[in-house]
Amino acid sequence: MPEPILTLRGLDAFYGDFQALYGVDLTVSEGEVLAIIGANGAGKTTLLRSISGLIGNMAEQVQFRGASIGAERPDVIAQMGLAMVPEGRQLFPSLSVAENLMIGGRVNREGPWNLRKVYDLFPILEERKAQASTSLSGGQQQMVAIGRALMANPDLIMFDEISLGLAPVIIRDIYKALPGIVGGGMSAVIVEQDITKALEVSSRVYCLQEGRVSLEGKSDAVSREDIARAYFGVE
Amino acid sequence: MDLVNAVVQGTLLGGLYALFAAGLSLIFGVMRLVNIAHGDLIVLAAYLGLTTTAALGVHPLVALIVVVPAMAGIGYVLQRAVLNHTLGDDILPPLLVTFGLSVIIQNALLEGYSADPQKMDAGALETASVALGPLSLGVLPLLTFAFAIAVIAGLQWVFYRTPLGRAFRATSDNQDIAQLMGLNKRHVFGMAMALALAVTAVAGILLGIRTSFDPSVGGGRLIFGFEAVIIGGLGNLWGTLVGGVILGVAQTVGATINPGWQLLAGHIAFLVILAVRPNGLFPRISG
Ligand SMILES: Nc1ncnc2c1ncn2[C@@H]1O[C@H](COP(=O)(O)OP(=O)(O)O)[C@@H](O)[C@H]1O
Ligand SMILES: [Mg+2]
Repeated sequence: MPEPILTLRGLDAFYGDFQALYGVDLTVSEGEVLAIIGANGAGKTTLLRSISGLIGNMAEQVQFRGASIGAERPDVIAQMGLAMVPEGRQLFPSLSVAENLMIGGRVNREGPWNLRKVYDLFPILEERKAQASTSLSGGQQQMVAIGRALMANPDLIMFDEISLGLAPVIIRDIYKALPGIVGGGMSAVIVEQDITKALEVSSRVYCLQEGRVSLEGKSDAVSREDIARAYFGVE
Repeated sequence: MDLVNAVVQGTLLGGLYALFAAGLSLIFGVMRLVNIAHGDLIVLAAYLGLTTTAALGVHPLVALIVVVPAMAGIGYVLQRAVLNHTLGDDILPPLLVTFGLSVIIQNALLEGYSADPQKMDAGALETASVALGPLSLGVLPLLTFAFAIAVIAGLQWVFYRTPLGRAFRATSDNQDIAQLMGLNKRHVFGMAMALALAVTAVAGILLGIRTSFDPSVGGGRLIFGFEAVIIGGLGNLWGTLVGGVILGVAQTVGATINPGWQLLAGHIAFLVILAVRPNGLFPRISG
């Protein structure tokens, strides 16, 4: 098995007194696409926010390329090569489409992605580059959010609810772009409500339930019954 | 004729108020911080100008070369060492801390310079004027207005044309996501305060040439700046200039009618606009 790029060891996460994650262990291998599924409120977003540093943890609980980053600042983690496409896109409304992309590139990491490459991947964004990001459709906004993350040339890219709220034809387009993104050796973590889709694009899958890992396995080996049990906690 | 003169003089005075206001607006826009010490920082800049002119024997406008970077440095350190720690979901801590800062600056200036009114000597510039038809325009007020336009155009350029401005806007929009872009928000806020206090340096020097000042006058400058920001609409720098002009014109017109009404007229104009347009004339930031 290739080297892990990301390792979580007994990750707990809290919002004040409320504990949202309990001892999560997880690994992402170099070049792997990992899917994370789970019901609403299971803790998927919390997990990604912990990895990216927006929620502080104990240093050793999150290892990224051999470094303990659990207590590191989010901007430092971004510089190290970790990027996120956040839930609900969360583009910068005061920035144009092009500026949203450019600010993603300000970590200034070497790699294949630049403004030109993002426009090649999503040509519609070049047509709309001077527009306010808020004037785009949901699907186009998701393209900007993905492009913004790619501009950082990350080693690991995390997608939170990549297809939430998008029309099926748009979802198809976005997934069509995925191999071109992760094909270059970039590792990916994908949080996805559509379980079929999640299993299709990933090599391994984790299911979260109420803040705990309830299932872990190869995406082509887990059964529907396993997932139903892990998802809802029904026997 | 008196009225025309009052409107023209008030417009030029508005340039000074816009300079008071620009830094306040910038800081609020980027980090939602209301800096109660802003007026005292303007006065601090005036005293730094006074010391620079005395120590180096230079013209007050030349002192800008020293005071602008000095105030910017003070701003950066102040933000990183103190103000960043007060920012959060609760709006009260920054208010309390900047209020405390205001008291500290006033007392420090009192210790260092005494309560005696001071003034910077700008020589012939103070009295020079140009005739415009029947009107006589002071060169200093004209210069102040030109400074205001240049400063606001410069800030506008930084905000909308540079990577730093992009970082300001992104951080203002969404601090969490901005950090995911590799932006250290503490540094971004430090840079915003540095820029704001650089503007404050210009405002303080021009204030100190125009009128005499003592350590207690900061509060009044804060109010004028605050009113200009609110009239113009939060987050809109050109609006801030318009706000300053409206305030200045209201004051000079009020004073023409009755010399005692100068400040009152300004406050009334502010209240009327606040009542009619609670978000100011040209709001850009909602919420
Ligand atoms: N900002 C917050 N403050 C308090 N509780 C939160 C916050 N965000 C999420 N939670 C809680 O944490 C749990 C996990 O939420 P989340 O990670 O958003 O789940 P998911 O992304 O899987 O839907 C939920 O119970 C949710 O209510
Ligand atoms: Mg979520």
